[in-house]
Amino acid sequence: MTSLSETLTNNQKDYRSNSLWRLTLRRILRQRNAVLGLVILAFLVLVAIFAPLLAPYDPNQVLIGVEEEVFRRQPPCIHALGCPADWHQHILGIDGNVRDEFSRVIFGTRVSLFIGFTTIGFAIIIGTLLGAIAGYFGGAVDNIIMRIMDVLMAFPSLLLAIAIVSVLGPGLENALVAIGIVTIPVYARVVRGSVLSVKENTYVSASRAMGAGPFHILINRIMPNVLAPLIVQGTLGIGTAILDAAALSFLGLGAQPPMAEWGNMLGVERNQVFTAPHLVFFPGIAIMITVLAFNLMGDGLRDAIDPRLGQSQRIE
Amino acid sequence: MFQYIIRRLLLAIPVLLGILIVTFLLARLIPGDPCRAMLGEKATEQVCVIFRKDHGLDKPLLVQLVVYMQKILSGDFGLSIRYSRPVSQILIERLPMTIELGFAALLIAVLVGIPAGVIAAVKRNSALDVATMIGANIGVSMPVYWLGLILMYVFALLLKGTPFWLPPSGRLTAGLDPTPFYTVFGWALQKGTPSFQAAEFFSNFYIFNSIITGNWAVLADALNHLILPALALSTIPLAIIARMTRSAMLEVLKQDYVRTAKAKGLKERLVIFKHAFRNALLPISTIIGLEIGTLFAGAVLTESIFGLAGVGRILFDAITARDFPIIQAFTIVIAVFYVFINLIVDISYVFIDPRIRLN
Repeated sequence: MTSLSETLTNNQKDYRSNSLWRLTLRRILRQRNAVLGLVILAFLVLVAIFAPLLAPYDPNQVLIGVEEEVFRRQPPCIHALGCPADWHQHILGIDGNVRDEFSRVIFGTRVSLFIGFTTIGFAIIIGTLLGAIAGYFGGAVDNIIMRIMDVLMAFPSLLLAIAIVSVLGPGLENALVAIGIVTIPVYARVVRGSVLSVKENTYVSASRAMGAGPFHILINRIMPNVLAPLIVQGTLGIGTAILDAAALSFLGLGAQPPMAEWGNMLGVERNQVFTAPHLVFFPGIAIMITVLAFNLMGDGLRDAIDPRLGQSQRIE
Repeated sequence: MFQYIIRRLLLAIPVLLGILIVTFLLARLIPGDPCRAMLGEKATEQVCVIFRKDHGLDKPLLVQLVVYMQKILSGDFGLSIRYSRPVSQILIERLPMTIELGFAALLIAVLVGIPAGVIAAVKRNSALDVATMIGANIGVSMPVYWLGLILMYVFALLLKGTPFWLPPSGRLTAGLDPTPFYTVFGWALQKGTPSFQAAEFFSNFYIFNSIITGNWAVLADALNHLILPALALSTIPLAIIARMTRSAMLEVLKQDYVRTAKAKGLKERLVIFKHAFRNALLPISTIIGLEIGTLFAGAVLTESIFGLAGVGRILFDAITARDFPIIQAFTIVIAVFYVFINLIVDISYVFIDPRIRLN
């Protein structure tokens, strides 16, 4: 026979283990995609943090005069695979400016993750603000904001980003701003949609009746409900942002040499694909793995957090 | 039904106006004095006053906007800074290549993506399904230009000497001449007239031109050159279409009427295509419409990789030279095209789904 207090603690345990966050976490962990994405992402974050320890060379160090037997665009030299032991090991080879490609790919992780998080962070903040205002106040404000968003969405995102950067001038900061701007509409729409569906709920009316102002209601009553779709969309958005930023750098509009950025590394060596394929191959693989991690995680999160939110919501 | 179509058409107007306003404002935001950008740093103030007057830059912004819109609507995209030629002329020469590439890629994406998605959905959780979805996930994560370079390396270098060899760049092998159809048919067109420009535009579609003139050597060669870039460009849309088709099909296959159709003993294939697929078509056509924009933006990257003389290639050069009129024209053309395609998709809903017709 269990005592009353025991029953109480048991109940409490049950209650705790079924809290929203735990439930969500458990659901996320049940998604194979999300777990795989999470593992890859954790690995990438570790690589980015410990880049100076992992990279055998400074990414911008020119090795002429520093090492013997190095030459421009030297193919990978791995001792375990039969590269002469008296040669220095460069597992991804040497680039066109005689720098260690492996170190550059490692340091590129930092740049790409930074790009992904800052652009989407920027877009989420502005997009949420616009979407919340449009959804909550409705009427003319809603119309004006959303029509502007429609126009921004009428451009293919990469193309509008190209146009914006060619106006602002090339450079990583401007590329970040451009990608941030072109992704704002996505978040504005998601937030507006959620706000519209939440704001008619009775608890919102109750809050209003108790004299809460619009901003209190927006932040404390409505926003918590908007978080889930926002997180899903944001995770998926980071992948696209990294891909677009790499494309801008590839075109010479984003990160400028000598910065170790994958798109830029590809762009600089693109004409050497027949003579030095390793310089094209590895940065591309790095971009792909990073984008894949965010896409897998976004898909998994979407299925875990909100199963109703199918693909149809995403394409709007 | 007509009401729906007209409403859609009317809704497109503010978006189109918005596109023009955004591109106009972007052009005005370019730092520096347009006079000195066009005429050089040493242009005197007197020359610049005349320049501004000639180009209407001394007028209020709103007047400039109206003039700008009038010009664009009449097909005048201004002069290219770098080539000192009308941008519209450059578009006539270059746009067909880009459209050809875009549609070839779209064709691959649709012809492979939809069946892949249907099969994955029907054989859910099978090895085929898992493989398709892994492939689709990798497909969306790949940089187009990188895939282009890798394909080039594999097909033009590694497979050299085999029947699978494909040309790494260019639109046609040197020496082959695609005689324009208007010359073949002996049309006497006055150079510079709109009909000549239209004929020139259509003759620049090499595949179309070689088919109607029966020039099979050019057709085969042009197709051969198109395979790699179209393949590279098609990956992302293909992956997205396959995923969308799979999830739309899964949604529909769960429905009661599909079970009923199966229960009454209809053939599996009939149920899948007649009952399920037709209803999954709506989201699929939406995503295809949306992917067309990505496709043409991706063409910029693909063309510059494969040395194809399309708009994307010239845009790439324009970016380096900061030749804004070209960037602006291409952005407008693609955005307007994108809006129209999505308009057509919206209108096609009426034919795909009778319920929309009734509402």
